[in-house]
Amino acid sequence: MDRFVFLTVDGLSRGAVYAAFALALVLIWRAARVVNFAQGAMAVAAAYVAYTVSTATGSYWLGFVVAIVAGLALGALVDRVVMRHVDHASPLNPVIVALGLVLLIQAVLGMVYGSEFRPAEAPFSRSALTVGGVAVLSPYDLFVFATIGVVVSGLAWMFARTPVGLRMRAAAFAPEVSRLLGVNVGGMLTLGWALASGVGALAAMLVLPTELGLHPHAMDLVFVSAFTAAVVGGLDSPPGAVVGGLVVGLLLSYVSGYAGSDLTPLAVLVLLLAVLLVRPGGLFAPVAARRV
Amino acid sequence: MSATRAAVPPRHKRDDPGGRPVDPRRGSTLLRHLAVVLAVGLLLVAVSYSVEPFRNFQLATVAAYLCATAGLTVLTGLNGQLSLGHGALMATGAYTVALCQTAFADRGMTGGWLLPLSLGAAIISTVAVGAVVGVAAARLRGPYLAGVTLAVAVVVPALAVTFDGVFNGEQGLSVPVEPPPLSLGPYFPYERWQLWVTGAATLLALLLLANLIRSRYGRTFRAVRDDEVAARLAGIHVARTQVLAFVVSAATAGLGGALLAVLAQSVSPGAFSLTLSLFLLMAVVIGGLGRLTGALWGAVLLVALPDLTHSVTEMLTLSPAVAQRLEGNLPLAIFGLTLIVVMIAAPGGVQGLLSRLGRALLARRSTRRS
Repeated sequence: MDRFVFLTVDGLSRGAVYAAFALALVLIWRAARVVNFAQGAMAVAAAYVAYTVSTATGSYWLGFVVAIVAGLALGALVDRVVMRHVDHASPLNPVIVALGLVLLIQAVLGMVYGSEFRPAEAPFSRSALTVGGVAVLSPYDLFVFATIGVVVSGLAWMFARTPVGLRMRAAAFAPEVSRLLGVNVGGMLTLGWALASGVGALAAMLVLPTELGLHPHAMDLVFVSAFTAAVVGGLDSPPGAVVGGLVVGLLLSYVSGYAGSDLTPLAVLVLLLAVLLVRPGGLFAPVAARRV
Repeated sequence: MSATRAAVPPRHKRDDPGGRPVDPRRGSTLLRHLAVVLAVGLLLVAVSYSVEPFRNFQLATVAAYLCATAGLTVLTGLNGQLSLGHGALMATGAYTVALCQTAFADRGMTGGWLLPLSLGAAIISTVAVGAVVGVAAARLRGPYLAGVTLAVAVVVPALAVTFDGVFNGEQGLSVPVEPPPLSLGPYFPYERWQLWVTGAATLLALLLLANLIRSRYGRTFRAVRDDEVAARLAGIHVARTQVLAFVVSAATAGLGGALLAVLAQSVSPGAFSLTLSLFLLMAVVIGGLGRLTGALWGAVLLVALPDLTHSVTEMLTLSPAVAQRLEGNLPLAIFGLTLIVVMIAAPGGVQGLLSRLGRALLARRSTRRS
């Protein structure tokens, strides 16, 4: 029972990070109809920038802030320099360009930092506190939950209550009409990319201390898990991304706890296939989802 | 504009090669392909005698990659399905060949027919895996399919580590391969023999692919790629066609992986990482998605680029650590950058540019004729 509680909490903590990462995927998908396969690599790049700043200044928090800023900037840059110029007529094109970005970013990181694992620092202890003799939450888990909670509710508030959020939604759903009404559609798209990439960078900062550390390929498997989370929830649904993230986190935690951590990639693949084959639009898709 | 049109000399004969309905006067497709394959085979044998062993080995590697890129061209270029998991399919073929060859060697079996048998087993096992993935793939579109195949690419190397009793974990397996037959002489270079074996297998695979592309199946592949609804209305079973395309390309990927394993005489999960899958896609896209010649350029690029960057980094006098970092990563960076530029400047790849040029010329001629 103790083990079950521990695995559940651990899974929720991991799942919160996947949820944030999946949310970033959903943000771009809703704004530009692109699944950003380069998101993991972009997030790792931001994390490396943070690592450089942190080791130079000795301050974790400065690095943390820099990571998010770098994520925002990188997202805007990728949209302005690359994605804007891609022909979106075939859905394959942006995917292939994103994969080119993956290779490019990982190669540049490998050239600058080398391909050995670098330690990723955690700002709080990762050893669990015990409540009534049962190991439950670590201070780091609490930090993760709080950060993700703030980000998710902040995004929800922004989209639902602010003029910028309204304009972003309008630009995504009806670009032509919004343009006629004076919305800067291109600017909204760039903002969407920047926000998504910033959230991705934040998620990378939170997940890397719990993985092996910093490495150009550190987010490959995390990306696959987050993609699965986004698909479980349906790529169009932000709440779905959050729930999907938690589901994937729990699944991975139980599988690695009860069956061995080597099997977690297989579990992700099975879940992904099962969801796609049974409900291709995800669990939260509206009924009018496209049938294939 | 009309002045430039008039400046184009009139042409007497259709000289647009491939990609279009076959002119019945050109004879049997199979015979023509056979003749080409024979010619290329003879050329390869001649080349294998005239170049140094290392070049032979490189050519053999190109041939092995060509198997995989040709299959991917059929899948992505002709059927419109994007696969990021072909590296994993190559791994399936490679591990099968390793297990078969080891089993044969353990039982002390020898003979020239063992390697073809192992290669056949590799193809069969990849066909099985490809059929499973393909059935799923036929129900998925665009980014979803890419996501699933990406997961396959990440998972399969991890499986080799998980079941390390069979696959020997990160270390991988060795592939015992017999020396060239004695009838070729005692001093026959091993690399030349490798080129002969991989070249023969690849040419055979290409022959089958080229005929498939020109057959009814090839036309249904393209019809499904261009417009699924129209293809369905024309009586094509879309899902079946997509599974068939996936299985065919899986079989060639498996053969390519098996050949690579035979060349390297070892397999390990590290050799079939996600990066290899991305590399294959890059090669195919940069080479040009529409035709098998594009796959050839892609395969050449896959072998030549690391070699080229190696010589560049050797020319620059760098510290060993920096040189090592550059050498592994520079080809990746160049590939990624080229891919982005190609996709933005010419979304159809090099082949797309060429065929657009050809179409423009054709249109120009037909407007003049009418």
